[in-house]
Amino acid sequence: MTEEQSLLSRVHPGWWVLGALLIVYPWIATDFFTYQIGGYTLILGLIALSLMILAGYGGMVSLAQITVAGIAAYAIPIFGENSVDVLGLGWPGWVLYPFAIFVAALFSTLVGLISVRTEGIYTIMITLAIAVSFFFFARQNYAFFNGFQGFSGVDAPRFWGVYWRDPTPFYYLCLAASAFFFAAVAYGANSTFGLTLQAIRDNPRRMSALGYNVIAHRVYAFFLAGIVAGTAGVLLVLFNGRVSPGTIGVDIAIDILVIAVVGGLRHPIGPFVGALAFVLLENFAIDLIDRERFNTVIGLAFLLVVFFSPDGLIGLWQKAAARFQRPSLDRASPTSASETSDKLAKADNS
Amino acid sequence: MNSLRRNPVASAAWLLFAVVLVWLIFAIWPEWLIDILGRKKTFVTTLLNGLTLAGLYFLVASGFTLVFGLMRNVNLAHGSMYLLGGYIGWEVAEATGSWIFGAAVAFFALAIVGVLLQLVVFQRMQGDDLRQTLVTIGISIVAADLMLAVWSGTTYQYQPPEVLFGATELPIISAVRSNGTEVFLKYPTYRLTVLFVAIAVGVALWLFLNRTKLGMMVRAGVDDREMLAATGVNVNLVFACVFAIGAGLAGFAGVIGGTALSIAPGEDIRYLLASLVVVIVGGMGSVSGAAIGALLIGLAEQFGLAYFPTYGVVLTFLIMIGVLAVRPQGIMGS
Repeated sequence: MTEEQSLLSRVHPGWWVLGALLIVYPWIATDFFTYQIGGYTLILGLIALSLMILAGYGGMVSLAQITVAGIAAYAIPIFGENSVDVLGLGWPGWVLYPFAIFVAALFSTLVGLISVRTEGIYTIMITLAIAVSFFFFARQNYAFFNGFQGFSGVDAPRFWGVYWRDPTPFYYLCLAASAFFFAAVAYGANSTFGLTLQAIRDNPRRMSALGYNVIAHRVYAFFLAGIVAGTAGVLLVLFNGRVSPGTIGVDIAIDILVIAVVGGLRHPIGPFVGALAFVLLENFAIDLIDRERFNTVIGLAFLLVVFFSPDGLIGLWQKAAARFQRPSLDRASPTSASETSDKLAKADNS
Repeated sequence: MNSLRRNPVASAAWLLFAVVLVWLIFAIWPEWLIDILGRKKTFVTTLLNGLTLAGLYFLVASGFTLVFGLMRNVNLAHGSMYLLGGYIGWEVAEATGSWIFGAAVAFFALAIVGVLLQLVVFQRMQGDDLRQTLVTIGISIVAADLMLAVWSGTTYQYQPPEVLFGATELPIISAVRSNGTEVFLKYPTYRLTVLFVAIAVGVALWLFLNRTKLGMMVRAGVDDREMLAATGVNVNLVFACVFAIGAGLAGFAGVIGGTALSIAPGEDIRYLLASLVVVIVGGMGSVSGAAIGALLIGLAEQFGLAYFPTYGVVLTFLIMIGVLAVRPQGIMGS
């Protein structure tokens, strides 16, 4: 008990405030803000979080995370129910949802097995190739994935007298999943596995010489990231009520990378910050510019962040906080931007 | 000869394979073979289609692999360069009425774009490959959107020059009619030209890399960048040259591919993916690897389309996984 209390007391009070704000959010926000903004942000944030686990802690930038989420999303109508006359095996929810997540995690492990023998930029290319190949496969295959159309009519579960697609319950569902995985990642980063993974990111050869199984650690990281992405995929298909090859297209894969990088790969809150910025831009940039040119705005924002703040929005925040704190305390933010890019560069070059 | 002595079994297998292939192409097929493989015309046409596609893939991927080999920079905007080259070439060809002039302008315009990219973007983040990669992704997002704004979503189709129009009769007998006359196979002249252009570009690249002073510097740069700089060579100039050639080839391929197939939004990603798979299979940074990878992928794609249409794409993917499992650095990678 005391250990747990000390663990909780180590959490910065700012997080409690943020948590409380997120919990009361649906009471003050409209349904649109709760569902389309809140829910969608958390889902995208979760997918980007799975990328952040791999890229931030493992130094492996995988563009196949949306594909992993897509596997879980496809598993729901395939093994559950859909309104298209293809498959729909009608499994009960308590088997279906864990199974979908598990299949996604297995797929992620497979992606890991294929790509971990390569390093840095090679990983990006191979995972991109996997993502696009699966996109084409799902689009061509009518027996399992119903081709171009995909599946529609995916219904959310009803239990405890709640219909889980109603904005507020759905938001809480996403929030619970996000909070759980956020806490798990924040805690796991300092676990033995988390620290080993980061050490492997910084110098795989040395870790290998020390007797660590580099490949096994990386593949396991892919498995864990697959659970996160799979959960997000299940939420995504419940959110949309449908899934099609467009859900897992290469543009979406790149959006996820943009979200993770813009948010920042140094801290698990980064992906959620990036997702919030992305969703807000996506919904409200129409008022400022032509809807058609949304990608230009997103691309330019991404370029600006990559050019000027390699740590993303989180990096900007930490820099600002460090400058603000410096006069009183000499406890500046532990990682500066240049340090991180050095580390990332090292992780690639070695 | 050396490899023959070292590897007699493999050499014999390759020789046998080549003989069987030549026989398949030139012989008149007996009935039992038609029962297994279908009509001969389908087979040979698919083979030629695969070779042409491989030629096109080689044109795109050789620039990609050249840039990577020297600068360790994965230029994920390479597909955008292909598409931009296609559009520019189309505009010029429409305005001047000369297809060849369009292709030349596409090459030089994209070469200039490549040099600008190298000077403005990549020189600033030398050695920071992850950031370079991310920047090229950002550029490709913006470029795709701006090209959509300028050229809209319509599909553009080129008119190839008069000479290349129509079909050529090949000295290959596709079937024998019941009255004994032999039917010769016809194949579009333009596609044959694509194949020859790709071979010519491949030979030119080989000569450039192996027989010129600049090529020597490039090869030295691939092996050891710092050492090359230390010998007094202006490495940045070499980089800019290579980037110009790589980007120019992508733009040129845009015109070639736009004539053989068509130019439309989304082609950038298609050719980026093709280049990625080709160089992953062939080995990053190796031009001969790009040729081998392009052959494998082009043939696999076309045979997949012809013989098991639904899963053609998956075949490509399986080749990639197979190669990665055995040789993670690619067939010709070091």
